[in-house]
Amino acid sequence: MTEKILGIFPVDWRYDLTSLPHVRKILKSRWVPFLFIVLNLSVFTVILMAAFVGGISAGNYNFGIMFVWIVWWVLLMLVLVPIFSRAWCMTCPLPAFGEWLQRLHFLGVRKKLFGLNKKWPKPLRNMWLMNFLFLGTTYTSGFLTTRPLATFILLMTIIVGSIVLCMVYERRNFCVYGCPVSGFQGLYSNLAVTEIRAKNPEICKNHKIRECVIGNERGYACPWMQQPFNMKRNTYCGMCLECFKTCEHDNMVINLRPPAVDLLVDEKRGLDEAWKAFIMLGIAIFFFLIMQGPFGTLKDWANAKTLEGYLTFIGLHSTFNLLILPGIFLAFAFGSQRLASREVALKKVFTNFSYTLVPLGLMAWVAFSFGILFPNSSYVLHVISDPFAWGWDLLGTSHFPWTPFMTGIMPLFQVGSLLLGLVLSLDIGFKISKQTFQTRDEAVAGFYPIAAFLTLATMFLIWLFTG
Amino acid sequence: MKNDRVKNETILVLIIILFASSPLALAQQEETKERVITIEASRFSYKPEIIEVNEGDKVTIRFISTDVHHGLFIDGYELSTDTKPGEEGNITFVADRTGKFAMRCSVTCGPFHPYMISYLKVKPDYRLFTSIYLALIVFIVSILFVSRRQKP
Repeated sequence: MTEKILGIFPVDWRYDLTSLPHVRKILKSRWVPFLFIVLNLSVFTVILMAAFVGGISAGNYNFGIMFVWIVWWVLLMLVLVPIFSRAWCMTCPLPAFGEWLQRLHFLGVRKKLFGLNKKWPKPLRNMWLMNFLFLGTTYTSGFLTTRPLATFILLMTIIVGSIVLCMVYERRNFCVYGCPVSGFQGLYSNLAVTEIRAKNPEICKNHKIRECVIGNERGYACPWMQQPFNMKRNTYCGMCLECFKTCEHDNMVINLRPPAVDLLVDEKRGLDEAWKAFIMLGIAIFFFLIMQGPFGTLKDWANAKTLEGYLTFIGLHSTFNLLILPGIFLAFAFGSQRLASREVALKKVFTNFSYTLVPLGLMAWVAFSFGILFPNSSYVLHVISDPFAWGWDLLGTSHFPWTPFMTGIMPLFQVGSLLLGLVLSLDIGFKISKQTFQTRDEAVAGFYPIAAFLTLATMFLIWLFTG
Repeated sequence: MKNDRVKNETILVLIIILFASSPLALAQQEETKERVITIEASRFSYKPEIIEVNEGDKVTIRFISTDVHHGLFIDGYELSTDTKPGEEGNITFVADRTGKFAMRCSVTCGPFHPYMISYLKVKPDYRLFTSIYLALIVFIVSILFVSRRQKP
């Protein structure tokens, strides 16, 4: 019998969105996603200019800060990742310069890429580098989200870094293994309700020339170094659509699907992704405390008021995310193994169940994002009318006062998100338990401690955010 | 074997019920009072960081600043005031809505201004108790759901 997500959606249910008229034709065109990237690049040009001009002034009236940390971040967590998987990566303008330089073309297809085209080092073909880069970036969250110049430096570092890596390493290794925001999008896109997959695996099986992997005159070899014909998870698919162009059988599709089904793919699970799940959950907690919490001391630490305080913040932040949170989870995983079966390695139990944190983690970020969106979104009206703080009033809204909206009922949205995350995590949790242990009785027993952890974590988050 | 399992599950459910009912004890209604609370603002926090009152209390907030121009906006109550050093802002209201409400700075006062937040807690927090209960109910339902015997 086919398993169902939340007892409603069959795991293997799919709806081919590319079967809609004209959609396939658009996706096969080389103008897509080029035009999206160019459009996005024009917005990012304004962001970069505004962030540079803004210097170290207060960020709440800066276009760069508002569009990166309010509009982009909230869109990413609330809409893009949960619904459209890694569609942001499809349109991201930051690595575009490096890629265009490799190709020496904006639209055309070249057989050989410009640059050294080295292979990415094997030990780094995982999420560890991105885990540390993202964690490292959050050390500066106090500056990034409040000082325009810091945001400018971050974005320029990503642009320059991607150009350098594109010249040294083949294809989009920067995006796959080096971009600080790529890792969490990869992990959380397992929850998304869309995917790019081969429509009919039989066609790919019988097609010996893997054009999606090696490329042809119509398109490049998968820039993300995946095997699109055999892709089972969204994790490393940047949705660049090259496989739509190269496939001569028109066998690639964008599917609508039930949420979280990739979390049930019992292969390629690893500790790097497990730690990504812990780090993301931990950072959501720390970000809440710094940005939406009442404790002045913690804000002073993150704001580097004193060096001692800043180092304390880095130490606590790192220890909690890298050791304490995984350590607590390990205790529950140990309980699960003891109750279910000692024959299954603790590492497997720990790793497999860590994927149950993905729905709850993403929903914790959704709850956090509500806390950013509702009180602060009115600043956006101001900055779009006067993006460089030069006294312009392009849309007549530059004097729109700070107006928080729906903050009175915001906790209801936050609680709703967290409960939804819990329900989905528990549902996925039992299915993973059945994959991890041999018998149903073992799976039930092994599920109890994990369910307890997820529930306690949800209760803690509810208390933290709203209580 | 089967008896052991039933026994274990019964104990588990009893523990959960016991655990779940504990917040009820915290939800006792207290006598209403008139309260005058002084909140001191300085970049980028308030003192006290959290203020707690009871439902029905008449609350007067005396708002002072020790450095620059600051504001105070209370979520949910939609009330605000502001003050400069040497001055005093005031808000008086009846705490007729329970729960936790953010109090935010409403005057741009520096880089960390959007993060300048303190909290007003109006007890008993029915919303919190309900939310915690809902999480527990989800847990209990999922445990009962997975524990039911599969038809052979």
